[in-house]
Amino acid sequence: MKMLKKLMCSAIVSAMAASTAAQADISDNEIRIGYLADMSGTYSALAGPGGLEAAKMAIEDFGGKVNGKKITIVSADDQNKPDIGANKVRQWIDVDKVDMVAGMVSSAVTIAVNKVVEAKDKVSLVSGSASSSITNQFCTANSVHYVYDTYALAHGTGEAVVREGGDSWFFLTADYAFGHAMESDVTEVVKESGGKVVGGVRHPLATNDFSSFILQAQASGAKIVGLANAGADTTNSLKTAKEFGVVQAGQKIAGLLIFLNDVHSLGLETTQGLQLTTGFYWDRTPETRAWSKRYFDRTGKMPTMVQAGIYSSVTHYLSAVKASNSDASSAVMAQMKKTPINDFFAENGRIREDGRMIHDMYLAEVKKPSESTGEWDLYKILRTIPADKAFRPLAESKCKLVAGR
Amino acid sequence: MAELLGFPPQVLFGQLLIGLINGSFYALLSLGLAIIFGLLNIINFAHGAQYMLGAFVAWLGLKFLGVNYWVALVLAPLVVAAIGIAIEKTMLRRLYKEDHLYGLLLTFGLALIIEGSFIHFFGVSGQPYSVPAALQGGNNLGFMFLPTYRAWIIVASLVICFGTWYMIERTKLGAYLRAGTENPQLLQAFGINVPLLITLTYGYGVALAAFAGVLAAPIYSVSPVMGSNLLIVVFAVVVIGGMGSISGAIVTGLMMGLIEGLTKVFYPEASTTVIFLVMIIVLLVRPAGLFGKEA
Repeated sequence: MKMLKKLMCSAIVSAMAASTAAQADISDNEIRIGYLADMSGTYSALAGPGGLEAAKMAIEDFGGKVNGKKITIVSADDQNKPDIGANKVRQWIDVDKVDMVAGMVSSAVTIAVNKVVEAKDKVSLVSGSASSSITNQFCTANSVHYVYDTYALAHGTGEAVVREGGDSWFFLTADYAFGHAMESDVTEVVKESGGKVVGGVRHPLATNDFSSFILQAQASGAKIVGLANAGADTTNSLKTAKEFGVVQAGQKIAGLLIFLNDVHSLGLETTQGLQLTTGFYWDRTPETRAWSKRYFDRTGKMPTMVQAGIYSSVTHYLSAVKASNSDASSAVMAQMKKTPINDFFAENGRIREDGRMIHDMYLAEVKKPSESTGEWDLYKILRTIPADKAFRPLAESKCKLVAGR
Repeated sequence: MAELLGFPPQVLFGQLLIGLINGSFYALLSLGLAIIFGLLNIINFAHGAQYMLGAFVAWLGLKFLGVNYWVALVLAPLVVAAIGIAIEKTMLRRLYKEDHLYGLLLTFGLALIIEGSFIHFFGVSGQPYSVPAALQGGNNLGFMFLPTYRAWIIVASLVICFGTWYMIERTKLGAYLRAGTENPQLLQAFGINVPLLITLTYGYGVALAAFAGVLAAPIYSVSPVMGSNLLIVVFAVVVIGGMGSISGAIVTGLMMGLIEGLTKVFYPEASTTVIFLVMIIVLLVRPAGLFGKEA
């Protein structure tokens, strides 16, 4: 009798499971998006609340619905801590039935969250993180790395600087995973291009006072001071370099990860002449201007490349849900990978099998105060780095999804 | 060129000078803490928040009222001291008879509330505050480029530190203060208004923190967390110097700046921990601190 009961139960359960699978459309009749980012800390200005606003814009542009099914969004602050981010996403998926996670800034958080997303077979769209390992040794079939990575930054900025004669480098490196990756990627590029690295110093994350390190950079005699750090560490380094007259004394500074908000908050006086690689600049084409104007009207700020990428990636996801009429990860990922991305953010962008979104990057230079005509007129685009040159070629990939690996 | 310990001398001199500048901040802040601890027996955990408030008052003044740096240098400490006095009169006063721990918890809680509300309104990314026109630029000293503003920090903090030391050790007011530290009941019996003395002392200690905050505004970002980063180091400085010792706080502050500066040359990864290493060694060898009186 007991046995029979058990059998009955399992039969009912499997029948129910089969029926949901057979429908293969939008689960719970709702598309649920979770926006995860540093909402209040060091990295909050480059993605943060602005990125959430961009995601909401994407949803509104769909009229809040895909194929008649409602789109909802929840958000959380991961505080740049991998355990907090991973737990939040686990709860989102298990309890709140979230289908897709967007945003994602600190590389450490992203790698942890991607493992959860892969295990639960959902989708993640990474727009904020830098580390190229996200689509290399840590790649998953459930994730897209959308905007930029350390490989693109190193090759874009590093090559350009060496080509202009900056053949000896001194690094100021943030002493954690991202800083080390950035430094080694750039070192490789510098050496390949015929330059050399004369020294460097690794500073603790969130260092208050950079004067001592700037002094060491000055004493090194290197032509280029490379900043392999991000956020507040980069702005503090630049500020101190200005104070100690690094540029006046004949050295140049290469900021390896600089966002529009960094340049805006430091001002052109401090940052002029700085070369950087970016995936997006608001004042590049009529389309970028039009979208950025809409974003500006809502937030009072021009978008960073990450915030623009969040809008574009969420839109691409919703289009894929619409086309496949499903929010199951395999269907959506397949649809996203086979559809090229053509919008204000990317021209002929495409998602490779390792999850890397391939699109043109841009080498930019920060304008002189005399060249700037407005508060947000900050960059001039020097040249386009074509999509196939900007990112790590698949031939060098260690990703398990790439054929032959 | 001759090398010292494997480093060219100009690198070493440069780092020592930088160390002295950072030491000036440590000296100013630990001096305030030492004065407060000496007379009030309160471990003022709100000191970092008060330093941050000084910088923010200067920044807000400049942004909304057009108050320039030089006015802010006087005005911000007065404003923050007034807030400090209000805290002393309404809250701290009730805790003098209790264990040290209560004062510590109260000021720690206040610091969290102040910092939390500033993070809420201003975010953590930091506000820019430019160097005043008169102090821009710098000089090439041969071994390094010294920005004028950094030189000004050393001068300003040395003057304030020496002035404070002189006032406490060499004037009549200072004599009352020291007497109050030794035996408040007896001093009161001589007709001195000890509660007023205590209030003013707390206000002065807080004003020193705010003064350091204004000094720091142009070189560090004005951010709600700028104080909490520094506070732990400053506490270590006070412990090394000997709790409540005035000259100990000043000398140790400058000394720790120098040691930190040297560490940044030889082993930069340890630059944030070296002061605590020194603290451990000092506590093992001289538990009352370098300048403290053995109990």
